[in-house]
Amino acid sequence: MTESTQLIRSSDTRTAAQIAASHLKRRHAAERRFKAIGLSAVVVAMTFLGLLLFTILGNGLSAFTQTYVKLDVTLSPELLGIGEQRTAEALATADYGGVIKDAMYKRFPAAQSRAEKREVAGLISSGADMALRKALAANPELIGTTQTFWLVADDTVDMAIKGYTSRQTGQEGNRLSDKQLGWLAELEADGGVTRRFNSILFSSGDSREPELAGLWGSVVGSVFSLLITLAVSFPLGVATAIYLEEFAPKNKWTDLIEVNINNLAAVPSVVFGLLGLAVFLNFLGMPRSAPLVGGLVLALICLPTIIIAGRAALKAVPPSIREAAAGLGASKLQVVTDHVLPLAMPGILTGTILGMAHALGETAPLLMIGMVAFIVDIPASPLDPSAVLPVQVYLWADSPERAFVERTSAAIIVLLIFLAAMNLGAILLRKKFERRW
Amino acid sequence: MNTANTNGTAKVRSRGLEVFYGEKQALFGVDLDIRSGEVTALIGPSGCGKSTFLRCINRMNDLVDGAKVNGSLTLDGDDIYHREVDVVQLRAKVGMVFQKPNPFPKSIYDNVAYGPRIHGMAADQAELDEIVMTSLEKAGLLGEVKDRLQESGTGLSGGQQQRLCIARAIAVEPEVILMDEPCSALDPIATAKVEELIDELRDNYTIVIVTHSMQQAARVSQRTAFFHLGKLIEMGDTEQIFTNPQQPLTQGYITGRFG
Repeated sequence: MTESTQLIRSSDTRTAAQIAASHLKRRHAAERRFKAIGLSAVVVAMTFLGLLLFTILGNGLSAFTQTYVKLDVTLSPELLGIGEQRTAEALATADYGGVIKDAMYKRFPAAQSRAEKREVAGLISSGADMALRKALAANPELIGTTQTFWLVADDTVDMAIKGYTSRQTGQEGNRLSDKQLGWLAELEADGGVTRRFNSILFSSGDSREPELAGLWGSVVGSVFSLLITLAVSFPLGVATAIYLEEFAPKNKWTDLIEVNINNLAAVPSVVFGLLGLAVFLNFLGMPRSAPLVGGLVLALICLPTIIIAGRAALKAVPPSIREAAAGLGASKLQVVTDHVLPLAMPGILTGTILGMAHALGETAPLLMIGMVAFIVDIPASPLDPSAVLPVQVYLWADSPERAFVERTSAAIIVLLIFLAAMNLGAILLRKKFERRW
Repeated sequence: MNTANTNGTAKVRSRGLEVFYGEKQALFGVDLDIRSGEVTALIGPSGCGKSTFLRCINRMNDLVDGAKVNGSLTLDGDDIYHREVDVVQLRAKVGMVFQKPNPFPKSIYDNVAYGPRIHGMAADQAELDEIVMTSLEKAGLLGEVKDRLQESGTGLSGGQQQRLCIARAIAVEPEVILMDEPCSALDPIATAKVEELIDELRDNYTIVIVTHSMQQAARVSQRTAFFHLGKLIEMGDTEQIFTNPQQPLTQGYITGRFG
């Protein structure tokens, strides 16, 4: 009791250790506060990331399956309109749509009026004839027989089966008429409806019909674009980084160049798109919408990233290695190519892949050079018109059909998988080649 | 000032050597002769210019931005800083061992073979093997590493790394070997081995060593030069410098009054 009162009384004459002790509490509190703020920031970020993945996966996973309808199709030559001809050309131009319609009318004989018949036929996708054409081309003996086919359902049916649109009859705004819903229920009761892996999504190009729209065209376009980007920006960027870091004199000109390269990395990408439009399309007359031009524009966007990453990697190589090589009589170029560059390569590659991943996700500059066009064909070369993945996302997000909502998310999933694979590649490369001194 | 310098068999000879790093002058009119077949030690407090002088001899200062050299510096009578001197050839003649062991992150073999390779010294693989083995042998490292020549040079101990660096330097058959505090990062046992090696190499190479340790200078060198604030204060036989210094500054430094 007396001791404590003494302490309080002598508070004016505390020792340094006592003052430090009283500060200690506040210092610990500040540290705890900082940790809590940091942790909550991480939690918030993770929550948003989780939310993003949850919504995208929730919306998009169903697009990886597609509804198919079972139908007994009579492949009569009369309906196919080929008569006695069995040539490949005749088979290619035969009226498979008519055959399918006929089969549907037979399946639902109750549909008699024109309007009803149109509704019956509307359950099957207008692109379902592809399956028949393929089957007959592979096996012409099937002509004249009746075969069971699983045919791609129309997107409205697909949406109803997946539960995105109402199957209650008599509701406002139903995409399927009450009769169609009835037929669909009948088909389903007979086991004539199934959901299979949506191979169309990964094998065909874009389409106005959601059930026929695929990503393959834009995947090929993206690959072509990125190959061109890599081929242009990697050698240019690495050479620039090496020159600036190892050879260029340090003066105000190189300072100016360095500042400008850093600024270029921050220029909005759409500006690069306008540059590409002006230089590659209008001045050099390159083809519109082509991955070649897209790749060149993306290379411009990538260059500053690669140069900055390359310089950082070169700077990280210890000067003692340069001295050791120079001391043995290696020329400047030998010092760089034999020692500095191999040691800096993991860093340069990591920077390059991150730059490429950035380029993979770019949309705005590609809109400027016309890569936003609706293109059905799969590009065969970088000179063919093509879409790329992010632009495909943009195009599908703009489409009114309900079925494009899930396909947009599916395209985003594919894009994210590509990005994750590239980043993983960067990490693995760094792990594999990283060296310590 | 440096009366003991006038010797006819000087391998490296500097007259009025001045070095500037930008505005800052690091060396003031150094006149110094380095004789062949001897170990010359450069001593002095930090920042006295001894390393700068060393790095002039193989023009390592060229790598430093803004470094400027005036005066004359000759190797066998040829001006080292002549415009037509090829730095690559000069450095093949004047090898260097650095303060911190800096083997390349390559195999032990490749570390030693790199110099001979870039200078095209070996006609075939057998000849290159021969050079590598002889160099490792001369550096007293062969016995320790002969079973693991393909392992990384960075995996060796600090002392072994430094001897690997010496092997790497002598593989290109230099005439002069410059050593910039070669033992400052080593423990006493590794230091003793390197010092022993320096003594053995003396017969075939002209060695210039910068050291902070006066005991080391006394142990390994025949001649010693004392630098202070960019000036050469005194140069003479090692024994004389340590037992009977002529200059009060030298006296002060070696008796530990400053430094």
